Parts: sequence; C-alpha cells; structure tokens
Amino acid sequence: MKNKKNLYTLISIVLVFLFLVYANKNFDSYQIRIMNLCAIYVILGLSMNLINGFTGLFSLGHAGFMAIGAYTTAILTMPLAVKESNFFLAPMAAPLNSIVWPFVPALLLGGLLSAAAAFVIGAPALRLKGDYLAIATLGFGEIIRILITNAQRVTNGALGLKGIPDTTNIWWTFGIAALTIVFMTLLINSSYGRAFKAIREDEIAAENMGISLFKHKMLAFIIGAFFAGIGGGLLGSLLGTVDPKPFNFMMTFNILFIIVLGGMGSITGTVISAFIVTISMEALRVLDSSINLGFMVIPGITGMRMVIYSLLLIVVIIYFRRGLMGTSEFSWDKAFEFFKRLPLSKGGAKNAVTKNK
Amino acid sequence: MLKIKDLIVAYGGIEALKGISLEVEEGKIVTLVGANGAGKSTTLRSIVGLTKPKGGAIEFEGKNLLTVPTKDLVRLGITLVPEGRRVFANLTVLENLKLGAFYRNDEKEIKRDMEWVYELFPRLKERTWQTAGTLSGGEQQMLAVGRALMSKPRLLMMDEPSLGLAPLIVREIFEIIKEIHRQGVTILLIEQNANAALHIADKGYVMETGRIILDGTGKELLTNDEVKKAYLGESVH
Repeated sequence: MKNKKNLYTLISIVLVFLFLVYANKNFDSYQIRIMNLCAIYVILGLSMNLINGFTGLFSLGHAGFMAIGAYTTAILTMPLAVKESNFFLAPMAAPLNSIVWPFVPALLLGGLLSAAAAFVIGAPALRLKGDYLAIATLGFGEIIRILITNAQRVTNGALGLKGIPDTTNIWWTFGIAALTIVFMTLLINSSYGRAFKAIREDEIAAENMGISLFKHKMLAFIIGAFFAGIGGGLLGSLLGTVDPKPFNFMMTFNILFIIVLGGMGSITGTVISAFIVTISMEALRVLDSSINLGFMVIPGITGMRMVIYSLLLIVVIIYFRRGLMGTSEFSWDKAFEFFKRLPLSKGGAKNAVTKNK
Repeated sequence: MLKIKDLIVAYGGIEALKGISLEVEEGKIVTLVGANGAGKSTTLRSIVGLTKPKGGAIEFEGKNLLTVPTKDLVRLGITLVPEGRRVFANLTVLENLKLGAFYRNDEKEIKRDMEWVYELFPRLKERTWQTAGTLSGGEQQMLAVGRALMSKPRLLMMDEPSLGLAPLIVREIFEIIKEIHRQGVTILLIEQNANAALHIADKGYVMETGRIILDGTGKELLTNDEVKKAYLGESVH
C-alpha cells in the first residue's frame, strides 16, 4: 500500500512537471506571469503560515521582510550600467556600485539579511503576545519600508530600482516553491514542528514539557523571514522593478488572506489558496471595467474588485473560520475517501449508505 | 526530596503565602489540601517558577529551585500536571504524548514509556489518532497525566486532577495515581477533594489563608475533627 502511494506521488509530480513544460511553451506571457506569481505566493504563504499558523504568533511584519529580500537581490544582481542610470539623483554608495553578484547567492543573501532583521526585531517583539505582537511587528515592518525609502544612496529611495535582470522564470519559482514545501513539511513533522504547535496550543503546558518558548518562537520567526526574503527577491526579479510602495501592510494582508483562506496551520491549504487567490485576483479584474448587464451598464470603477475581495474576506472569516483545510493536510487515504463519498461517482452513494448504517 | 522553607509570596501588597514550610520525601504521596484561596496553587506556581517568591527557599535534592527556569524543571525530574489539564487540543493524542518526551532523545526508552502509558490508560491507545480536543474531560485528564509521565518524572506534581470530573472518573484517576506511585514515582498532589486525596496520601498538609494549619499522615488528618468539619462536610458530634 505504501509503495502504491509513493507511486501516486511520483505520478503527480511528473504530471505537474509536464504541465509546467506545456505551460512554459504554450501560455502567453501574461498567463506565465500569473503562474509565477502563484508559485511566489506559495512561498510567501508558507513562510507566513509557519509563523502565524503553526507557531501561533500573530505577526504582521511580513512585507518588511519581503522588501529586504527584494532590495538585496535587486541591488546585487543589477548590471553596473543599469545601476548608474538608476541613481541619477545621488550616486550609489561605495562598495555597492561596483558589485554584481549572480542570482542565487544574491537571493540567498536576501533571505539571510531578512532573517537577520527578524532576529533583531524578534528579540524585543517576541516577548509580546497576541494583538500586542501584531502591532509591534506591523510597526517594525513599516519601519523597514521607511528606512528603505530614505536610504537614497543604497536603495534609490522612493524612485525605486528599474531594470533588474529578469532571471526569474517558471522553473525558478516552481522549483523554489517545491523546495519550500518539502522543507516546511519536514520541519513541521520534526520535533521542532511539534514544539511550534505546542506553543501555539498552550504556552504554559509547552514550557512545562521543557520547551524553550523564546528559542522556538525566534526560530520560527527567523525561518519564516528567510523564506519571505527569498519570495521577495523572486518577486523583484520577476517584475523587473522594485520600489518601497508595494511593500506596505496591504502586502502583508494579501498573504494573511491566503493563509486564512487556506487554513492556519495547513501546508496543503496554503498551496491551494495561494493559487486560488492569485488567479482570482486577476480574474476579478473584469469587475474593474464597465459591465453590460443587458438592461443596464455599470460604468467601470477601478478598485471594484477590491470591494469584492474584501467581501470575500469577510465571508471567509464569518463562515469558514478554519479555512479550506483547517489544520489538516493532504494524504492519499483522505483523497480516496473523499472520492468514494462523492455520491455521483460509481458506487459512491451506495458506499455512503452502507457506511451510515 | 523537595523542601520548602518559610515561603512567602505576595501579589501586590497582599501576602498569599505567609511563610509555609513543607517537605516531600522520596517515594511518598504527599497531598496539600485546602479551600479556594488557601494558597495551594500559589505554592505550586512558586515551585515551577511561574511566581517569584518574596522570601523563603525551595530546594530539590539540595538544589535551589528558585534560580531554575520553568523549562529546565523536567530535566531535573520534576513534572507538573497543570490545573485544567491544558492538553494541546488541536494535536493528536500521540503528538501530545510525544511532546511529553520532548527533552529526551533516548528513542528506545521513549517507546517503552509510551507502551507503559498505554497500559495505564488503555482508553488513550484507542484514541491515538484523535485530536486531544475531542476527548472527554476524564480522557483529557488521563492524557495530561500520561503526557507528564512521558517526561519520566521522579517527582510528579498534580494540580487539582479531580477538577470538573464525575465521581466515578475521579475514583479511576485516583486509582491510577496510586498505581503510578507504586511504580516508584514520588507524588505531590494538590486537591480540593480532601477526602479522596487524604485516603491515598502518606502525608498531608492542610492549608488555610496562606498558612499550613495542620499536618500529619493521611489517616490522622482524615479522623481529625477540624479537618472533618472544614473539608469533609461531616457533622462532628
């Protein structure tokens, strides 16, 4: 039975791979852009879910960590000529204007710097709990953004950076997303993961079991920030431009929506909902243009889709508080069970009836 | 094993413990009984380091406990079954038990202790894959005790294990406490249910408003008129 499940897993991995090959060849650049965004949001969602969902720390500083990763990767990978043309207000600070790094080390350094920032922020902030932690981390996230806006000679300030080499493609994003999924799964099922969940459930009991609260909270916070930095770096390289504005708290809430919809504390849920949210955000763009209902024409209002988006968020929070998956994960057993129970499938209804007896 | 000397604890300006002294000898069941607000829980909180005492000393095998952080107590061999059970509700029974052995890395022994816990609580074995939050109150209490046993304690401290449980379940829990004791674990039991606690205790302390007013063997206290009047609800002729 176990071999069979491994075979299924292998088959699905191959299927996903083939789909990516197909998509890479046949999708237009807009569709590929959305695919890339989906994968990046998987990384970002998982990194935030580790902190908020698994360890139960209500942290809202994610956009700040992403910004650090995005800027580090951008600054280090930009060719010298592009750097010069970007920094026309003030010349770039000394060692940076002559350094060009390859993509992977730059991306890793972005993640590491992000993790370092998390360490500095976490040392005081993680002593707080609940809403207070949320407020503190939200503040720190904004501080990072303001620092970036004002470090003119390093980040080019509010002008942002343009002409970042577009290394990111479908293989980078999906490859790193897959690595993140594997890493998070291993981490969550290790004794560290159990300690994270214990802290989420009950701090006093966890401490009595010999779990160091501060150490484990810090660990989750740092690992989360590392992957947020990686995700940010990929995003910058995908868009080809970074500026401080998108890294405000709205970015954090987007990711928060993904993990709330998917289920706080579910890796499967985060992956599914990253795709749902990213694709629907694009699909809902229809709402921004004018709509002809036949008997009346609704004029196009930009921002209309954000209204729908907010309504969806409210519905999810009121009626589906546990999200799509709650804290459970995908397994083949559950998948088969699910299809057996579908009444329309062959023998499904009969199974359901006999089961109820 | 555990010695408390002249312990004083104050919340704000009010002294919750006015200098209590007690001793838990190795291999005994010692119980601390008393009404609400007598200071039983405060005593326990001081032992595990959740409350900072104003004065006095707490020693475990000659080691000063006041400087040991809460998380390191299990490493010394002291484990608390906290009041209100505090199981990890969204984790499975198995995960709860594994967390009890969090600080240990002797896989073989852990497996053996898991078998032992399942033997003590066959009901937990049936519920291995269920989340702890779906268990009944009694089962959750069993899980809390089982989880504590997984840390291989030499001194097991229990805070109100009978709280909110039906009389039959309470009897079952106390039977298990006796069984655990028989297997060599020293027990400090804190209870409002003085009758049940004193029946199984080798030694008992009675607390009232921050002081220990009586001590003696379980039997002595059970037959003591004052205790009868105050805690056992029997009229004294």
